Amino acid sequence: MKVEAKQEMERTKVLRTGSDLLIETLVDAEVDTLFGYPGGAVLPIYDALYRNKAPFEHVLSRHEQGSIHAAEGYARVTGKPGVVLATSGPGATNLITGITDAMMDSLPLVIFTGQVANSVIGTDAFQEADIMGITTPITKYNYQVKNVSDLPRIVKEAFHVASTGRPGPVVVDIPKNISAAITTEKFENDFYLPGYQPTKTPNPLQIVKLADALSRSKRPLLLAGAGVLSANAAEELKEFAEKYQLPVANTLLGLGSFPGSNSLSLGMAGMHGMYAANMGIYECDLLLNIGARFDDRLTGNIEHFAPNAKVAHIDIDPAEIGKNISTAIPVVADAKEALKALLTSSIGMPDHKVWKERLQSNKTNYPLWHEKSDELISPQWLLKQVYRVSNGEAIVTTDVGQHQMWAAQYYAFDKPNRWVTSGGLGTMGFGFPAAIGAQLGAPNDLVVSVVGDGGFQMTLQELSVIKERNLPVKIIIVNNEALGMVRQWQESFYEERYSESLLSQNPDFVKLAESYGIRGLKIDNENDVVETLEDVFSYDGPVVVDCRVVQLECVYPMIAPGKGIHEMIGVTK
Amino acid sequence: MKRIITATVQDRSGVLNRITGMLYKRQFNIDSISVGNSEIEGLSKMTFVVEVGDHQKLEQLTKQLNKQIDVIKVSDITDKAIVARELALVKVGGSGHLHAEIQGIIAPFRASVIDVSKDSLTIQITGKPNKVEALISLLRPYGIKELTKTGVTAFLRGQQPKQVTEINSFTI
Repeated sequence: MKVEAKQEMERTKVLRTGSDLLIETLVDAEVDTLFGYPGGAVLPIYDALYRNKAPFEHVLSRHEQGSIHAAEGYARVTGKPGVVLATSGPGATNLITGITDAMMDSLPLVIFTGQVANSVIGTDAFQEADIMGITTPITKYNYQVKNVSDLPRIVKEAFHVASTGRPGPVVVDIPKNISAAITTEKFENDFYLPGYQPTKTPNPLQIVKLADALSRSKRPLLLAGAGVLSANAAEELKEFAEKYQLPVANTLLGLGSFPGSNSLSLGMAGMHGMYAANMGIYECDLLLNIGARFDDRLTGNIEHFAPNAKVAHIDIDPAEIGKNISTAIPVVADAKEALKALLTSSIGMPDHKVWKERLQSNKTNYPLWHEKSDELISPQWLLKQVYRVSNGEAIVTTDVGQHQMWAAQYYAFDKPNRWVTSGGLGTMGFGFPAAIGAQLGAPNDLVVSVVGDGGFQMTLQELSVIKERNLPVKIIIVNNEALGMVRQWQESFYEERYSESLLSQNPDFVKLAESYGIRGLKIDNENDVVETLEDVFSYDGPVVVDCRVVQLECVYPMIAPGKGIHEMIGVTK
Repeated sequence: MKRIITATVQDRSGVLNRITGMLYKRQFNIDSISVGNSEIEGLSKMTFVVEVGDHQKLEQLTKQLNKQIDVIKVSDITDKAIVARELALVKVGGSGHLHAEIQGIIAPFRASVIDVSKDSLTIQITGKPNKVEALISLLRPYGIKELTKTGVTAFLRGQQPKQVTEINSFTI
């Protein structure tokens, strides 16, 4: 080749930038889906995505909140970190709800935010926000890239921190001059985090103590939380519970970590949990918590929480042990490792036939109940049919409120990572975008998004995304023309003063779906429910089903605020 | 109860903000924080004096500090043999004739006058917080114009007694 021609080629070749380096590190981290929304400060990154023909998908949400909830759904069903890209300022602040949600529910996320150039940071530049300051209290860790040569190390660290130990969201803030910087930096795999060494394997002495306590226990109970799911320990839990015939209660987020239809399962515990599960906690003499954080919605008034029990707690995060409930036997470990250790230790488990019979009789005598509806649809019955028609095999995502609790109560999850809900933060608007991420993470599974008419309206613009990608998400709107849980609390605790909780100006959801080019259906009669669901679940594409349910239905049973776990109301009709 | 807690942290930007933010979020009551470089490059030492209600709160505090990714080591050194010091600068009013009197007061504390003007003088005192506090209260009648303290900084003594017989040997 002529020298001049070679020089000309060199001159016109697009030089390698910080953004190219970023993409290289994402490919190395085996990212297959990037949820994002472009904007000024991330234009160099979007340009690099275009130029590099990156070997991963970019999913364009219609609001950054849609991106991050989708990433959460993806993380929940795949166990891999959800990856998000948003621009500086408003792009980044639109992620805040999702970041907090992921922090509360320990979901691994790696979030890239654009930032104004280093030279103008701190000058209130256009679309500048102090995203480090804003996200410090709501992330597991966060970084601002000061030098392009740090970028690969930081991204590597971010993925490591997000997905190990107790998972959580990590923010990487990238100033525009860094993403645009010309670099000759090679991608390196090294990083150094001396202050971050999560304890995976349990202390053998503590396991011996725990085994000893189990051997002495007359009324043992396991409480399984989401930590079992993030440790991928559902199999070990089942083996352990069945080997020693231990009854299991689940937290809301732990549903699916133990098969809901197993005879040892007492179902969900907590505010709207099953009577049998809550009485189990109240009466047990040994409570073994595996990967749950004793949230106040679970414990009720802590004075009455497991009052006669020795509490043992397995958690990978030592700060959770003893935080809310004082713990006699702390085990800092990954749930899988701890259960493996328990399975290999000798436990002389006494027979607790009487105890099991007592729990079983509570289960039989105090099942969930609901009224049959004469007009419209009974929402509990609707959720039962969703369970039945989907053969209990769907991935279910929900918003927050009554429909969430009915889904948790009436859909028995037998497999892990099929229940995607916002527990800790209680985020309305979560369910539908989370379903998008879940469907992308599990393309061959039936994804059902159970949402309320209130929450759906917070993020329904993401209908464009499922249309664009023909994601066969089934959206079941449990439509009671109200902010149902707010309305229920106003009925019970505010003498029926329904302050701003009734939604009389809902859109026509069928027409709304159709305007996005999506199939829309409406059902307002119980006789049509089963047939419609069968049709919807077998249809190869997205569907919005507006299910008109009885407005005044309440979620029962319930532990009223301030009450103990044994003081449930609405246990029987 | 007051506790002295030290932490070795990585020198990364935003570390202090991260830690004080966590303490604020979790409602821990901080008396003082002092931060500075340590003997190892890239590592800083922090000393916290904290008011905690009970042992459960104290355990939570050390656990939450340990959980921070930049934190390498956390120790509650309250019940150990330690050296702990605080520096205070005190500007008191008063013209020339009081100087001798004030000199007399500060001498037993081994404090020193580091600035004198027509109508004020500035005293530097270093020592255990209770000693610093004692001198400040003695100086108060002279009219304190300005006062600033560094907060306690501390670490373990070179040699620890085999068995700690006296709990809380150091009082603040």
